[in-house]
Amino acid sequence: MELQPIKFYQTGTFTVGNRLLDADQRSVQANMERTNSLNSGHRACQGCGEALGARYAIDAAMRASNNQVIACNATGCLEVFSTPYPETSWQIPWIHSLFGNAAAVATGVMAAMKVKGRKDVRVIAQGGDGGTTDIGFGCLSGMFDRNDDVLYICYDNQAYMNTGVQRSSATPPAARTATTMALGPEPGAVFGQGKNVPLIAMAHGIPYVATASVAYLRDLEAKVSRAMTVRGARYIHILVPCPLGWGAAPHDTIKLARLAVETGLFPLFEAEHGEVTSSNKIRHRVPVEEYLKPQKRFAHLFGKTPAVDTLARIQEMADRNIRKFRLMDERRHG
Amino acid sequence: MLKQTEGSHAIAESVALCRPEVICAYPITPQTHIVEGLGEMVKAGELQNCEFINVESEFAALSVAIGASAAGARTYTATASQGLLFMAEAVYNAAGLGLPIVMTIGNRAIGAPINIWNDHTDSMSMRDAGWIQLYAETNQEAADLHIQAFRLAEELSMPVMVCVDGFILTHAYERLDIPTQEQVDAYLPPFEPRQVLDPSEPVSIGAMVGPEAFMEVRYLAHHKQMRALELIPQLSAEFRQVFGRDSGGLMRTYRAEDAKTIVVALGSVNGTIKDVIDELRDEGYAIGAATILSFRPFPSEELHELLSHAKRLVVIEKSLAVGIGGIVSHNLRMALSGISLHAYTVVAGLGGRPITKSSLRSLFERALRDELEPLTFLDLNQSAVDRELEREKARRRSGPSAENILRDLAGGAR
Ligand SMILES: Cc1ncc(C[n+]2csc(CCOP(=O)(O)OP(=O)(O)O)c2C)c(N)n1
Ligand code: SF4
Ligand SMILES: [Mg+2]
Repeated sequence: MELQPIKFYQTGTFTVGNRLLDADQRSVQANMERTNSLNSGHRACQGCGEALGARYAIDAAMRASNNQVIACNATGCLEVFSTPYPETSWQIPWIHSLFGNAAAVATGVMAAMKVKGRKDVRVIAQGGDGGTTDIGFGCLSGMFDRNDDVLYICYDNQAYMNTGVQRSSATPPAARTATTMALGPEPGAVFGQGKNVPLIAMAHGIPYVATASVAYLRDLEAKVSRAMTVRGARYIHILVPCPLGWGAAPHDTIKLARLAVETGLFPLFEAEHGEVTSSNKIRHRVPVEEYLKPQKRFAHLFGKTPAVDTLARIQEMADRNIRKFRLMDERRHG
Repeated sequence: MLKQTEGSHAIAESVALCRPEVICAYPITPQTHIVEGLGEMVKAGELQNCEFINVESEFAALSVAIGASAAGARTYTATASQGLLFMAEAVYNAAGLGLPIVMTIGNRAIGAPINIWNDHTDSMSMRDAGWIQLYAETNQEAADLHIQAFRLAEELSMPVMVCVDGFILTHAYERLDIPTQEQVDAYLPPFEPRQVLDPSEPVSIGAMVGPEAFMEVRYLAHHKQMRALELIPQLSAEFRQVFGRDSGGLMRTYRAEDAKTIVVALGSVNGTIKDVIDELRDEGYAIGAATILSFRPFPSEELHELLSHAKRLVVIEKSLAVGIGGIVSHNLRMALSGISLHAYTVVAGLGGRPITKSSLRSLFERALRDELEPLTFLDLNQSAVDRELEREKARRRSGPSAENILRDLAGGAR
């Protein structure tokens, strides 16, 4: 689906009511015919960004494929909260095998569909950041290498939430987790560690890579829809705040997902065959403190003597992203 | 069709005749020739309607197989040794999910010390993972067992490992009978999955199961293997009807009718054992042998029956349960309940150490005189071990033992 820029002067905000859009441009979720692929009744915490992200992503994929989706899930919160058998929230064929093999299982499903002449069936692999950037990384890279016709979606809540909030390679510096305690001279996760899997995915030269945030659900749907028009290996990395692990209020999930983007800490972009093709511009740039402060995992930065040096280093990371991904509208901000 | 061919290639041809739809593999000696053979057939277009996927690890190989099988494709992979351990988590998973994958194991030792030669440590390490385990005695049987394995796996919805001695079988050239496509089609119907990922009938597979049902799910796996105890002989009999030769079954005996001494072993070593038994029979000794073909499920009743009239049992095993002795012997204990006999465990052939006729002969002679220890390490170089123990006593930092022993054997001991 082509995106068409539309200007709305009447609202004064950047939100857009579906009513103002053409029917085919409206949110999948606004459609009565949406598939509810991840149905209500699951056991996610209140305000779970992962549940929200998965619901939007999979419904969009369903719409884009005429409801022919098979999903392969890694172990993690999404897997556990969605299938408290005898209940399951999945309205689509869904398999969970192991923590570290979702991408390979998806390759297998894809191969079976190919042999059976079912090119219409689209395969999605999905997992948390731990299942993607750490333990499932080998299988993920193998799937990218072979350019298998699989869309991999990583729901990044920046730690191993299902096992009680331990550090993963997607945990940001200074964040407190159960294994990066807020103790000692350098409390929280250390600087200089971690990996950027969207960039690593791009280095494989796969046809499509995108990042998304649950604060920008329309953008998320559009990226999933775009990914579904492409054949071969595709990767979407979605930032999904976790109230429990981040020590944040459930009603702040969307706000934090937005602030992560507006600070520049979580750049939103798309890439094709290893080249960045677009990035979402930041419209209200905010300092990183605004994003960090509402989260208890960063509380140690805001004690009696605020950790100015650490905050400056985090701000530097945001600034670097803004330059690197051209996140500011250059016309307005020079 | 009779032809002179390599064991691995015969296995590849057999598997191809089974019309596999997805094959995935990662190379490891001595499994390589099997998957190379299959890859070639797919690439050349001889094996059609089949996806051959080169993956980045054995863990991925079996994971791809899990996805393919769950999506309803007849799926095959092969590995050995370190590769089997690397996929261990997926080995249990495939069985737990009840996916009828067939996997060849080119049996090989496990390091450290790294060793590419044959023993059974690899497949024995997965004996309780929930897979059916068949051990081929000859290359003809190795080829034939794969055809039976798909049938067995799919009837039970349970994965099957076909274990084939590395090098001794996989790399041996001999005259083998490769069946025709018509024969295999007559024997092996198309795969009708019990569970399948299908958008027109969505199911969730692989949910968390708590204490309320876990026992039942695990028990069901056991129950199915007990059913396999009946099915395996049936499938072997049917195989005979279609292909005109004996292959497979739970176990096979050799000159065991009136034998007071029974030798039990798995795999290719049975050939040598039979030769020695022939010699001893000629000299008047009442000795016979039993080959265990199906190690999982374990044919306890058949072995009980066989051993109930015996005075002596000699188990030759190519693996070591460190700290206790033999794996096969311990599995046999249950079958011995109520039988009183002398039982000898012989650990032999580890890491490819040849098991020769003359060693077996003197071993059996000692057994016949009841002069064997309960646990024997066949052809162990005890003095090399003693010298290493001496070195360890002499110096705290005696260094890595494997390298010490190699240096010692080469005559350069410090
Ligand atoms: C091989 C293996 N190691 C560890 C675990 C334990 N484990 C299960 S879920 C999980 C954390 C998942 O974290 P992530 O992938 O980030 O997903 P989240 O729960 O945060 O959504 C861990 C460590 C496991 N199931 N399997
Ligand atoms: S712990 Fe976090 S990711 Fe897991 S269900 Fe709760 S909010 Fe969602
Ligand atoms: Mg996580």
